[in-house]
Amino acid sequence: MSNNEVTGSDLGTLVLESDPVTHHRSSGLRQLLRRSAPVFAIAPFLIYSFLGLGIPAIAVTYYAFQKEHGGWTFSNIHFMLTGEQHVFLTGFENSIKLGLLSAVIPGILGVFIAYAIQTSNSNVLRRLTSTAAGVLANFGGINLTFMFIATLGSGGVLTLWLADIGIKLSNIGFNLYTFSGVLVVYMYFQLPLMVLVVTPALGGLRASWREAAENMGASSFQYWLRVGIPVLLPSILGGMLLLFGSAFAAYATAETLTLGLISLSPIQIGNYLNGNVIAGQTHVGYAIAFGMLVILSITMILYSLVRRRASKWLR
Amino acid sequence: MAPLVGEVAEAENESVPPFSTGSSKRRRRVRWWRGVVLVLAGAFFLIPIYAGIKFSLQNSASHFSFQAYEKLTSAPGFTAALTLSLKIALVTMVVSTLLMVPTAIYVHIRLPRLRRLLEVVTVLPIVIPPIVLIVGVLGVFPLWAKSSPYLLSFMYVILAMPFVYRSLDAGIGAIDLKTLTEASRSLGGNWSKTMWRVVLPNIRPALLSATVLTLALVFGEYTMAQLDLWQTIPVWIAQFQVSTDGPIQVAASMLGLVGTWVLLLFVVSIDRSQSRRNRKKLRA
Repeated sequence: MSNNEVTGSDLGTLVLESDPVTHHRSSGLRQLLRRSAPVFAIAPFLIYSFLGLGIPAIAVTYYAFQKEHGGWTFSNIHFMLTGEQHVFLTGFENSIKLGLLSAVIPGILGVFIAYAIQTSNSNVLRRLTSTAAGVLANFGGINLTFMFIATLGSGGVLTLWLADIGIKLSNIGFNLYTFSGVLVVYMYFQLPLMVLVVTPALGGLRASWREAAENMGASSFQYWLRVGIPVLLPSILGGMLLLFGSAFAAYATAETLTLGLISLSPIQIGNYLNGNVIAGQTHVGYAIAFGMLVILSITMILYSLVRRRASKWLR
Repeated sequence: MAPLVGEVAEAENESVPPFSTGSSKRRRRVRWWRGVVLVLAGAFFLIPIYAGIKFSLQNSASHFSFQAYEKLTSAPGFTAALTLSLKIALVTMVVSTLLMVPTAIYVHIRLPRLRRLLEVVTVLPIVIPPIVLIVGVLGVFPLWAKSSPYLLSFMYVILAMPFVYRSLDAGIGAIDLKTLTEASRSLGGNWSKTMWRVVLPNIRPALLSATVLTLALVFGEYTMAQLDLWQTIPVWIAQFQVSTDGPIQVAASMLGLVGTWVLLLFVVSIDRSQSRRNRKKLRA
């Protein structure tokens, strides 16, 4: 604004008769400013995101295809796919298995819990669970590790309770410090996440749909089969894809619970970064990270497709 | 966000007139399985909390004592870790607020078309795992950045983006921002005044809950801190020598979990009482 005025008066003293021109000029400048204002306003956000998200992702991709001392190569990827007796492939396999299991189980149970909370008429319960879900879904895995050691570890409270009624956890194949334990601990943040994700969708189920179905003689079962579940399905699937991503990527709980001994892709990357590396293979860590990016990109493409379908009914 | 949705749904449920006999039978059945689901879920979520608290309130001879909590403050490295975490948290919250609030408001008022873009960008930190991000960052960032603990703050702002943006977006969406700013402008307020006196007070609940969640994130984040070799509170808990005092780790974890929850409940209830007071004022 002030900038424009200065230029206007400067030009005015120089070329008195060409007022229309200066006017035209300053309005052009103003227009330029106005048009570029949006760019300036969200530029900090975009630059920040690029530095914090774009650069690391590009770096990982770049180094995955670079030799240790420069130059393009596929050897990192090749080593990841074939080297060390397929230990990295096993890592991916375990991670995907863990991701799927801890997406489907909490994904289904989460819907029931969210529905139960939603249809209860207790405001206190609703407030308590919505804040608790927020905390638990975002809270770091490290605290969960120690909480579950106190619960299901060898001297844990629940372990002792179950032993009292004659159930020995080790006999049914459960060990907190292995895959099964990690899965149970993951449920503790996956369930709240699912409740958070699916609650808005449940709110979108209109009471009038149910009434319409009932008036036409539908049973509760028929209503859910023909109306409720088809409408909710995209949201539920979307939520599950999100859960898959979150479990696939999680590091803290698995690392601290198993002391880094479980073979999951994030743990393997961590080992590379912590320097437990054979010389000459330092870039394999980048290759694994790149592999994770690829799998997660596919997940997210699916997620956005499902989301588009979900927004058709619920809005 | 969630409570709002719940309220709408409740209003809808209540408006359903129980005109058919099948409906009341159904309702009884719903209540029955609802109870079972809630009890089971409650057990799953509460037993570990109970176990954690019980475990942390035991001394080495399994008797009740506050020993673990008393020893916590004097445990080696705890104060340093706490100070570091607090510093990182403070910087994270300030940067996050300065970056996200103006952007969210501006996009809402002037560039609604870009909301879609913002939503996509702010979902990316959920998509790209922290471990991949920190690997990339440690690979390319200059040494001066890598040697500063505030590199973690820089990355935590990114990690916090999904829920900070969603919280702000919901908060701004719930008020009629356009009318408010136009009213303020036509009463002669300039932009800064409009921001301070009109917009910010109206989105304060959203801002508060975003801040608390950011705090929780900083005090719970382990992956990046551990790989960047800074001993923040979570890293300290994990690396603490179990042989000397097991319950201390559990005590610290429980403090973190319960503390965050209480803080968030507090923020939510401030928000409630505030809006109730406002409503009362309006009525009077």
